[in-house]
Amino acid sequence: MLKTLAKNLSAIGLLTSAILAGAAHAQDVEPADWSSVVEAAKGQEVYFNAWGGAPNINAYIAWVGERVEAEYGLKLVHVKLDDTANAVNRVVTEKAAGRNEGGSVDLIWINGENFASMKRQSLLIDQNWSEQLPNYQYADIAGKPTLTYDFTVPVDGQESPWGMAQLTFYYDSAWLETPPTSLEDLALWVEKNPGRFTYAAPPNFIGTTFLKQVLYGTIADQSLLRAPVVEADFDEVTAPLWAYLDRLKPNLWRSGEVYAADTTQLKNLLADGEIGIAMTFNPGEASSAINAQELPDTVRSFVLDYGSMGNSHFVTIPYNANAKEGAMVVANFLLSAEAQARKADENVWGDPSVLDINALPAEGKAMFDALQRGPATLAADEFGATLLEPDATWAVKLEEEWANRYVRSN
Amino acid sequence: MHNKAKGWGDPLVLAPVLMIVALTGPLIAGLAGVLLPAFGFFPTLGGKHFTLSFLHEVTHKPGFWYSVQLSIWIGVATTFLSLVIVISFFAAQWGSPTFQRLSRFISPLMSVPHAAAAFGFAFLIAPSGWIVRLFSPWATGFNHPPDWLVINDPAGNALLIGLVLKEIPFIFLVALSASSQINVDERLKVARSLGYGRVWSWFIAVFPTLYKQLRLPIYAVIAFSSSVVDVALILGPNFPAMLPVQLLRWMNDPELEMRFVAAAGAVWQLGATLLALISWRIGEALVGYIGRRLTISGERQKNDHWFRALATLMMAIVIVTFVLSMIILAVWSCAGFWRFPNALPSGFTFSRWLENAGSVWTPVVNAMSIAITSTMICVALTLACLENEFRRDIQFTPAALRILYLPLIVPQIAFLFGISVFLVRYGLDGSFWPVTLAHTIFVLPYVFLSLAAPFRNFDLRYLQVASSLGVSQNKVLFSVRLPMLLKPILLAIALGIAISIAQYLPTLLIGAGRLPTITTEAVALAAGGDRRLIGIYALVQTLLPAIGFIAASLVPRAAFPDRKFFR
Repeated sequence: MLKTLAKNLSAIGLLTSAILAGAAHAQDVEPADWSSVVEAAKGQEVYFNAWGGAPNINAYIAWVGERVEAEYGLKLVHVKLDDTANAVNRVVTEKAAGRNEGGSVDLIWINGENFASMKRQSLLIDQNWSEQLPNYQYADIAGKPTLTYDFTVPVDGQESPWGMAQLTFYYDSAWLETPPTSLEDLALWVEKNPGRFTYAAPPNFIGTTFLKQVLYGTIADQSLLRAPVVEADFDEVTAPLWAYLDRLKPNLWRSGEVYAADTTQLKNLLADGEIGIAMTFNPGEASSAINAQELPDTVRSFVLDYGSMGNSHFVTIPYNANAKEGAMVVANFLLSAEAQARKADENVWGDPSVLDINALPAEGKAMFDALQRGPATLAADEFGATLLEPDATWAVKLEEEWANRYVRSN
Repeated sequence: MHNKAKGWGDPLVLAPVLMIVALTGPLIAGLAGVLLPAFGFFPTLGGKHFTLSFLHEVTHKPGFWYSVQLSIWIGVATTFLSLVIVISFFAAQWGSPTFQRLSRFISPLMSVPHAAAAFGFAFLIAPSGWIVRLFSPWATGFNHPPDWLVINDPAGNALLIGLVLKEIPFIFLVALSASSQINVDERLKVARSLGYGRVWSWFIAVFPTLYKQLRLPIYAVIAFSSSVVDVALILGPNFPAMLPVQLLRWMNDPELEMRFVAAAGAVWQLGATLLALISWRIGEALVGYIGRRLTISGERQKNDHWFRALATLMMAIVIVTFVLSMIILAVWSCAGFWRFPNALPSGFTFSRWLENAGSVWTPVVNAMSIAITSTMICVALTLACLENEFRRDIQFTPAALRILYLPLIVPQIAFLFGISVFLVRYGLDGSFWPVTLAHTIFVLPYVFLSLAAPFRNFDLRYLQVASSLGVSQNKVLFSVRLPMLLKPILLAIALGIAISIAQYLPTLLIGAGRLPTITTEAVALAAGGDRRLIGIYALVQTLLPAIGFIAASLVPRAAFPDRKFFR
């Protein structure tokens, strides 16, 4: 305890000297000269701002912390967020306050919507750093188009790939024999089983993703989604989406008066038998939860028949990060076969890898070959088509409109 | 006679000044940091002109007025229900063995942090919670949890009851300490000798005087409940949430402009809390008027058995619910797979505790370093103030008492947001000292109130004897008074630590997520997080202050085993 106090006291001193030193940090980091990056990263504290709602993911990040500390001598601190927007907010505020050096956020686990927002506001390092990370060579650029275009925004090496996501539904086969795989069947099932289905409230990412999924299935012209929202047409083209949600609402869990908060709550609700169908962005989540004794082993997954929303998630570094080198070293480690295989392990997290596994050196490939697919995970050929993320403006507009419609006002 | 120090040479005179600065300085700075951006002026964030547009804009957010109503309602209703249950129990059972028995549970419950109590309560009453499980399926026929809207209900009933559970121990203890200052027994004796019933005697002869002493703490409860964030995140409505929760969301919005909207919302929060206080004040007048009419009617109200039974039952239900909430946290923390509607998990395992020992450690160390440092500052400042008051023979005025309550009555979220804006400007957020000093603001009133009475009531003859032996005032203080006050000082420290550990908003807003404490980590798990993990965090959060209180009661005996004084 005293030691911590002493440490905190000395941190004040350090902080003051850091402010005084100020400009010394200003020069750019050159990831092409990797050994100098690794050298500079030694001893740095990297504040990794990442969603902290899932214990298994937190445990994985803690493991990453141990590994990078052992290998590179840097300290990784997981700042647990309940919404990634909070980290963006910090950087925005710091920029506005003129804190262009020594910012409090070093690395952010980010999705397309926030990436687009940060890129637009010039809150990211203005150089192509991620493609120069040594481990980037194994990323499956050819096979996974979402690694280069995130929600239609070009990545331009300003964020580094971390994992793949695909909207997947799961259910308890002991209760429900054949899951509904079309929107119409889903609506009929909800009508027949009132109170046993819900989604997360947007702007939680799984909630927003569900809206996009339904939008894809109901919109007349899917190509509209590749371009920014046209305000004038929004009401008309999204009318079938709202009609569908309105149709579900009376028979939703709690009659649609409340919605789930996130994927973790959906999982709990399914585990308790409160709902019959849950959804996740991580195709390995159900198997992973069976392993952790959180779900019964009769749980199985399915996807909707017209394809499902898929994207990649990334890590990025704000322009004013205090430990840019350290953040890059961590991003590079996250891309390593070791870290990616562990992440894909359903006993750990079950998040699909961004690497081209067949291109890996034998040692790395062996790590993936050793992984086993749990009973609730779909095989590669069962996933169906991937629906690409609409332009980032759609998410903002959908979230806004959802709140207008479903948040009560009196 | 002891000498009174004269003049300004004594550094002790700085103590009250420091105290007032510590209590009001951050408040004023924080309110400025909210008011300026609310009116559109905050050049750092790009606002260069005064405008009313943000105050107007915020009212167009979906569900805004509902959020405002909810805040006012929760503030008033929580306080009313808690107060009614406590005073009815006092009236019904004052002086009885039942009173003694039940009140023994109250102090430990007071030290349970709000968030932990809320989690336990949620685990108890949810449709998939323990109560339904215990009665299913044999009594209810449920094989799946019923689709009942219990937790997070739009009307805020779960939040209301959760807050009532937690405010009752506080009001109970304040009422108990106030009762010791107003000769309750003699008042009752007079009223009863005039033929009034037992309960009615208490209401007409004790309550009016007692309430005067309760007024400020009651106002603090109203203000707290109308602006609470952590409990509202766990039990409260979501669509829309209570105003303070909405504020927190807007503050965290990635759009810069939302900072101004959030500040404007904070001004509305001040208004909502103020309105809750004003409605209460009107209620006070109304109750006073009706009470006087009833009193002069001369009714003796002797038939009060039903009232006594009901009041006692209510208090018993509160205590049982609270205790069960704590037990269910412990059960979940080591539960294996637990399918509904089984009454208990299919197995118990400590693996979660072991797996999470590492991640619990840092927030515990953070929480304890902040709590101990801020409490020590508060205790030192309080003792310096009290000693200064004693040496100078100054009376503590009611106005000064009001200053003490100021940080408890102005909604935290309104001024902490303002402080954080300044801190970000100077890059000071997210470090140890700002967070600790922010905690000090909220710990100080409690430490002062708990230490003031024992310090002032100290038997002066001990000091006179010591002075007559020719030692200095400082020596008298350090060798006689403070050692003999060891027990109340340790209790004040334990209380201070408990208050600090339970703080959510100051840690979150000033700490910028870089100083996670056990409380911020537990609340972050709120919204339907992993229940086993919540069980662990909430239990640890509860145990930390409990350890403090146990130590406070054991240390004096251990330190002076041969002194009867400490038995």
